[in-house]
Amino acid sequence: MNKTLAAYVIQIADNNLILAQRLGELCGHAATIETDIALTNISLDLFGQVRSYFQYAASLTGAEATEDTIAFLRVENEYKNALLVEQPNTDFAYVIARQCFYDHFHLLFLQKLQHSSDETLRAIASKAIKEVTYHVRFSSDWLIRLGDGTEESHNKITQAVQDLWVYTNELVTAAPIEIEMADAGIGVNPESFRDEYYGALTSILNEATIPVPEQKYFQKGGKQGIHTEHMGYILTEMQYMQRTYPNMTW
Amino acid sequence: MDNLQHIAPELLPILKQIADPEIPVLSIVDMGVVRSARIINSEAFVEITPTYSGCPAMDVIGDDIKKALEKAGFSSQVKLILSPAWTTDWITPHGRDALLKYGIAPPMNPDADKSALLGNKKVVPCPQCGSTNTVMISQFGSTACKALLRCEDCKEPFDYFKCLR
Repeated sequence: MNKTLAAYVIQIADNNLILAQRLGELCGHAATIETDIALTNISLDLFGQVRSYFQYAASLTGAEATEDTIAFLRVENEYKNALLVEQPNTDFAYVIARQCFYDHFHLLFLQKLQHSSDETLRAIASKAIKEVTYHVRFSSDWLIRLGDGTEESHNKITQAVQDLWVYTNELVTAAPIEIEMADAGIGVNPESFRDEYYGALTSILNEATIPVPEQKYFQKGGKQGIHTEHMGYILTEMQYMQRTYPNMTW
Repeated sequence: MDNLQHIAPELLPILKQIADPEIPVLSIVDMGVVRSARIINSEAFVEITPTYSGCPAMDVIGDDIKKALEKAGFSSQVKLILSPAWTTDWITPHGRDALLKYGIAPPMNPDADKSALLGNKKVVPCPQCGSTNTVMISQFGSTACKALLRCEDCKEPFDYFKCLR
């Protein structure tokens, strides 16, 4: 049980980890100083949550595992994040669309995880939900501002929403481990809030005057460890220090 | 005082001397970060909780506590706890005053907080001149726990400590 639980905790955290790494790339490069600070602060929140999850997973795994070995020393197919979060920072519109799609999932997920029978997961969720409430507000606010803004911003965010929509469904499609953990009362079956998720996105897209994409085909694979070509580049940068100087610490 | 209830009287003055690394005018006790401090068999056991999950100050706070207690003759253990989750309600009245004097607007109630951060209403008083004619510049400020606002009367930008409840 501990082994499955550890794998599940790591899968939850991997979404945060990879998205936080993506947002970290924007440090010093975001559109304005205010969005730069906001996006990197969101990154920091997500990394903080990752540490709580990984410390817990390491304690379940025992042996030599630490939060650092889990974060830095796995190979690509051992990361179980959804494909959405590894998508690149193409431009500010993509950053906001990706963030908004993830934040709404994240909030609904944590609302359920707060009622986990696992004490530690409950504590992490109750803590994280306060932070994520601010993330949702930030990204939704920007999505609406861009969509309902100038012709240029409207076109760019519409394009980003169209391109990234294909990755949304994976978030709310349960992997076998999620079903197992949900049945055990520990985890969350994301399909239980799929309607609510798309309802929230639809209402924001409507307010933003962005057409809701109608495509029926969705990408998947991240939760099984099969990633897009972007993932290797993220890991190369993220793991560089640990691979080059094994066991280094601050 | 809820914050002080679980802190052994012998340890309180020591812990009150330790400043929050990000906001040096505030002690970690005023901040509500110290959840309990007990002495068992002349060893000090201190529980602390992070304001935000990613708060980079937690390691420093843990080290500072150990150092301060060692100086006072206690060996100590510091434990990080997540539950119950920290809330801005735990900042003491003294802490709120200290924030204001330092130029940081203390947290408002959740409704006012939301109005201010969405730019719907001008409600946060400027810590410099007291005017509520203030506008939100950025929902995230110099740290994750603060937003950046500007006073339209005295024209000064200032940090606002966001409500977390």
